[in-house]
Amino acid sequence: MRRVLPPVAVGVLALLLWEVFVTAGRVAPFILPAPSAIGSQIVAQRQNIWEAALASGANALVGLIAGTVMAVLAALAASRFLVLGEVSIPFAAVLNALPIIALAPILNNMFESTSSVPRRLVTAIVVFFPVFLNLLRGLREVDPIHQELMRTYAASGWTFARKVRLPGALPHLFTGLRQASSLAVIAAVVAEYFGGLQDGLGARITSAAAFTAYPRAWAFVAGACLLGLTFYLVTLLLERLAMPWRFVHDLP
Amino acid sequence: MSDLAVVVDKVTKVFHQGRPDEVLALSDVDLTVADGEFVSLIGPSGCGKSTLLRLIADLIEPTTGTVAVADRPAAQARRDQEYGIAFQQAGLFEWRTVRRNVELPLELRGMPRDERKAKAGQMLELVGLADFAGHYPGQLSGGMQQRVAIARALAVQPPLLLMDEPFGALDEMTRERLQGELLGICAKTRTSTVFVTHSISEAVFLSDRVVVIRPGRAGSPRRSR
Repeated sequence: MRRVLPPVAVGVLALLLWEVFVTAGRVAPFILPAPSAIGSQIVAQRQNIWEAALASGANALVGLIAGTVMAVLAALAASRFLVLGEVSIPFAAVLNALPIIALAPILNNMFESTSSVPRRLVTAIVVFFPVFLNLLRGLREVDPIHQELMRTYAASGWTFARKVRLPGALPHLFTGLRQASSLAVIAAVVAEYFGGLQDGLGARITSAAAFTAYPRAWAFVAGACLLGLTFYLVTLLLERLAMPWRFVHDLP
Repeated sequence: MSDLAVVVDKVTKVFHQGRPDEVLALSDVDLTVADGEFVSLIGPSGCGKSTLLRLIADLIEPTTGTVAVADRPAAQARRDQEYGIAFQQAGLFEWRTVRRNVELPLELRGMPRDERKAKAGQMLELVGLADFAGHYPGQLSGGMQQRVAIARALAVQPPLLLMDEPFGALDEMTRERLQGELLGICAKTRTSTVFVTHSISEAVFLSDRVVVIRPGRAGSPRRSR
């Protein structure tokens, strides 16, 4: 309770200040709508927000899973074959610096306009890099004592990977996944700004803004925010489930 | 079958041979450890005592000379898991519970689950940690972790125990208690032990025989009794 209360109090206070600032300062709604206006839009549009969030959420989830699977396989290969790792890290860093989202219009033209593939592809590519780079770092950081112990147990390379390398790299994997989970939602939403199938939150935000319905646009932004938060929290939960040893209490 | 647990015969170890940073770690060393004998290797840091232990463990290979463990070449003995080993750091796997840490060497030998669970329980009993079987290593103190590492080294009931300053990082009280426990365990299980330490009192207290390794002239270590 003590951990929850302060941020909630700050959040409520911020909303109040926002409301007072907008109404008292007579700020035009196209600059910044009042939270009460956005709130009533959220209520009025809840069905639309829900459906758009489901569409965007599905895209983000598929992209996240596909990108993660690719990243894990690539990291395993790169950690197994040293040369591959040496080559791939600068490549990954350069590709990561590219605004991948900018690929969206190109990908949109590669597929039919009713296809969800382009958005999912963009998401998967965005997800790939943080997961790959973090996991590869984790896979390479093996405690030398663990290495020697496994040698004294005459463990094979595969056994070593399964029993030591992978579990040892889990914290790094989740560091990557935490970044990737938020990025996945951002990518899935923003990819819609560049055309393609228009059934997600991104499309709703652009169309509301185009109709100068700013409180409605903000209501969908709030939906995107909640979606991103959901992804992030689920990742945190998975992290706890996957690594129980990190969340046990010290002995008294 | 002879009654020698370890035979080190004219072993020389040179690190980075042929490079500018070449180091002669051990030169022409002989050592035998009889079955059931507790031998300490003692000497100042850098004298090559850990190197000698690692040669016996086949974690590194001698430049010249041979190492035999249980009448086999060291590499074969390692593959047969003829020895258990413990280092200065416990080196537990943080993602495994205490019991599953002790089980790991048994698991890799293909022992059935129930059997290895019972065995691990027995080993934890031996080091007085039966109550902590379900805990994770991160929840234990350094001394307790070291006891788990010793239980793990003993789990396969190896005829030979190799220990590289296993109590080096512990406080004095814990160290003394564990020394006593180790002696009791070795006496009970009739395990031969090679124990690396830089503490003279520890070596004298624990050992049947103390082997002093000192960096001799030109850095070549000599062995004496």
